[in-house]
Amino acid sequence: MHGTLELATQDGRTARDGAEASPLALRGMTVSYGDQPVVFSVDMTVQEGAMTAIIGPNGAGKSTLLKAALGIVTPLAGRATVYGQPLAQARDRIAYVPQRASVDWDFPTEVLDVVMMGLYRELGLLRRVRPRHVARAMECLARVGMQDFADRQIGQLSGGQQQRVFLARALAQGADLYLLDEPFAGVDAATEKAIIDVLKDLKSEGKTVVAVHHDLSTVQAYFDRVFLINRRRMGEGTVAQAFTAAALQATYGGRLAEGQIAQLALDA
Amino acid sequence: MGMEFVALSLPPLLIGLFAAVACALPGNFLVLRKQSLIGDAISHVVLPGIVVAFLLTGRVAAWPMMLGAAAAALVAVVLIEAIRRLGRIEAGAAMGVVFTAMFAGGVLLLEQSDTSSVHLDVEHALYGNLESLIWLEATGWSSLLDPAALATLPAELTRMAVTLAVIGVLLWLFYRPLKLTTFDEDYARTLGLPVTALGLGLVISAAVAAVAAFDAVGSIIVIAMFICPPAAARMMTNRLGAQIGWSVAFAALSAVLGYVLAGYGPLWLGAQNAVSAAGMIATVSGVILAVAALVGPHRRG
Amino acid sequence: MLTDALLLNLGYNATLVTLGAAALGLAAGATGTFLFLRKRALVSDAISHATLPGLVLAFILMVSLGGDGRALAGLMLGAAASALVGLLAVSWLTRATRLAEDAAIGAVLSVFFGLGIVLLTVVQTMSAGRQAGLESFLLGSTAGMLFADAMLITLGGVAVLACALALRRPMLMVAFDPGYAETQGIAVARIDLAIMALVMAITVVGLKIVGLILIVALLIIPAVTARFWTDKADRVVLLAGAFGGLSGYVGAAVSATAPNLPTGPIVVLVSFALFALSLFCAPGRGVLASGLRHLALQRRVHLRQGLLSMAMGQPVYERLTCQMLRRRGWMRADGVATEAGRAEAAATLRDEARWQALRASTELSDLAVRDDGLTAVAEVLTADQIAQLDARLRGPREVGA
Repeated sequence: MHGTLELATQDGRTARDGAEASPLALRGMTVSYGDQPVVFSVDMTVQEGAMTAIIGPNGAGKSTLLKAALGIVTPLAGRATVYGQPLAQARDRIAYVPQRASVDWDFPTEVLDVVMMGLYRELGLLRRVRPRHVARAMECLARVGMQDFADRQIGQLSGGQQQRVFLARALAQGADLYLLDEPFAGVDAATEKAIIDVLKDLKSEGKTVVAVHHDLSTVQAYFDRVFLINRRRMGEGTVAQAFTAAALQATYGGRLAEGQIAQLALDA
Repeated sequence: MGMEFVALSLPPLLIGLFAAVACALPGNFLVLRKQSLIGDAISHVVLPGIVVAFLLTGRVAAWPMMLGAAAAALVAVVLIEAIRRLGRIEAGAAMGVVFTAMFAGGVLLLEQSDTSSVHLDVEHALYGNLESLIWLEATGWSSLLDPAALATLPAELTRMAVTLAVIGVLLWLFYRPLKLTTFDEDYARTLGLPVTALGLGLVISAAVAAVAAFDAVGSIIVIAMFICPPAAARMMTNRLGAQIGWSVAFAALSAVLGYVLAGYGPLWLGAQNAVSAAGMIATVSGVILAVAALVGPHRRG
Repeated sequence: MLTDALLLNLGYNATLVTLGAAALGLAAGATGTFLFLRKRALVSDAISHATLPGLVLAFILMVSLGGDGRALAGLMLGAAASALVGLLAVSWLTRATRLAEDAAIGAVLSVFFGLGIVLLTVVQTMSAGRQAGLESFLLGSTAGMLFADAMLITLGGVAVLACALALRRPMLMVAFDPGYAETQGIAVARIDLAIMALVMAITVVGLKIVGLILIVALLIIPAVTARFWTDKADRVVLLAGAFGGLSGYVGAAVSATAPNLPTGPIVVLVSFALFALSLFCAPGRGVLASGLRHLALQRRVHLRQGLLSMAMGQPVYERLTCQMLRRRGWMRADGVATEAGRAEAAATLRDEARWQALRASTELSDLAVRDDGLTAVAEVLTADQIAQLDARLRGPREVGA
């Protein structure tokens, strides 16, 4: 009996260390759709200046966790702090890149317009758009390699280009913490490279990046840390510590082939 | 000619024009949010609203009825939202349940109450009576500069002009957040925008436009103007600002052309009497939409 | 009086109307279900408003051919024709342009209705003497309904119902999952058309009794009501038919008891009353039941999380959690766990450990999907399997967490 207690306690403690300073700390986060929790009692402590991948099988609650952290969905229990403050007081420090499919790309607007949305907290209802605002939006577009598309209608973009525009919009916010929901889903190789380059730049500037990630084969190349989730928190730590065969087995269960796990963990 | 036009045609023409534009403006956002049919629902529940107002106050007066209609619109929107969320019912079906039931309630109340002495009936609420809104004191174009004559302008005209101005200002003021929440609601929420309040505010201003318009022009153009001009404008451009401009132009064109066709069309065809202006305005807006759908430069995504 | 009406003792006309309304309600309820399950409930609104121009044109045509103009069959034919045009317009706008279906529906219903109103004013000026009271089709009118009209309505309703029942399997498959239905060799477009054709038929049949503005209610409300009571699609159809028929019967009977109780609105309000009752009281999907379930879920989540925190010696942050732990007597006012609380916390923690062991075990890990944080291992495993897990827990630790 004592052994089990220790096992769980260790787990709990690592999750709650350093919560005060963390860019994003979740405590006891539970979210339900209907009558069942899709995320249960999850603790998470994001490490500043690191790139963290949230991984887990389909329907494991990855995106939901992110949305609960951002206040987009209301959790049944639990709370989130951003740099030690409640979310409402830290909105300027946090930027969100939603899933591409979550909006209607036939909306009548142009690329530069979308990026300018990232300046809303600065511009407010009526403040005039100055050349410096446009310059900043253009600069963000340039960072994702989309400066030539500024006047393009958003419906004419490819999936990868749409994703880059969303990233540029988040960059325009000038935040410290970037939360991305499946930034690499359905994008071309060039876009994937462009996005990861930008994210690594952000890291080198001391910013913090958290991304819901699907492709286990690129976890080691792209990220410093992983957060494993399957409705519950299944593990958290550096890639070397937490991206292990046992943890993957526990997170994915029978859904990941043995050979796959062996290979991924071998690399780690 | 001038006198007849200013006295008989100008006021209804302007009222129709203002009503059309006031509805088309919020309609742009309703169409983009795939909430077009909220306009349909609102314009149906105007009837129970005015009947209840009549029963409470015992007279047919503009302000209590407008308040009643606005209250009914609010009740309908809240009910639809409650049924959709609490009962987990698809939005369209929830609307269908609410507006038909409220409309039925309005008809029943109307039948039950003694309205024989007043001008209050279902047909009036549906297609208004634009043609009767004339300016008796006008003697010609010069009346437009005569304060005494201006004071006798139909009250509907003033009301509709004020409503249009209010809606225009609100839209200008909240253009950025409305655009943002319409395009990407989740993202808007992370910026701290009051997404729910903005959505409700949009629906309420649509309701205000509908309520101000129904009295003069009836529900049916209200629905047509919410949807047809913005939908046609959607085929013309890929920029929201330009789309709103097009929708205003289409709404104005429908109102003017519809009024003229209703008044003079039958005469040209050799008939004696004019036809319903409200109906004709809706019809013209439909023709404009059909043309835009056939040849508009951006008719496909 | 009401008893008499319900027992069909109020005379010939009232009986005709009541039976006709019941048949109409039954057919509309069942047919509307397919539309509702296909998530296109408001297409019926476009169809019903689009009947008006055809109705009036049919009248004009019949009069100009020297007929009476009020023959119900002719009017119904005209209404059906223009409803079909409206339906085609909706599908053309959604297919050929970037407009979503809601905008197409709204555009068609308002424009067709506007055109209908224009034509109505034409009729009004044609020859005042032959003013047919076509306005009565807006809200329905049952005064002076003829036997032939009632037969037409009843037979029409029965015919539509028969078609709906005959086609229910493919229609339900399409409504539930059009993609899958396609792979099963069902022509989705054609079945969709069949659903719409049936809805159109019901609309036309119902014009006389409830009118074109309110017929939508009979198509939508019974289906939505039925959905609260069952998750099985074919039962939704049956229940919706029953609710619709009941609304028609009771509504028409009630309206027969007094002069100023118009049939259409009363039928709609009866069906709304059934809806409201179901919305609140239905077990399962009803608001009351699901609200209570949500509260219970919230309570379980907070208790479980509170107990886990207590077990691991961590402070409990949330006030709601503390309140619940105290109410159960598991926590003292100063936040320290009671004896009973410690026992309960230890049990909870043991359950968590068992889940962890289950996930790590090769033979049981498939059951890990049952772990939603609230289900106890004991609900999933047999006593033997639990003993097996416990043996693992006591043994040397093999996997690091």
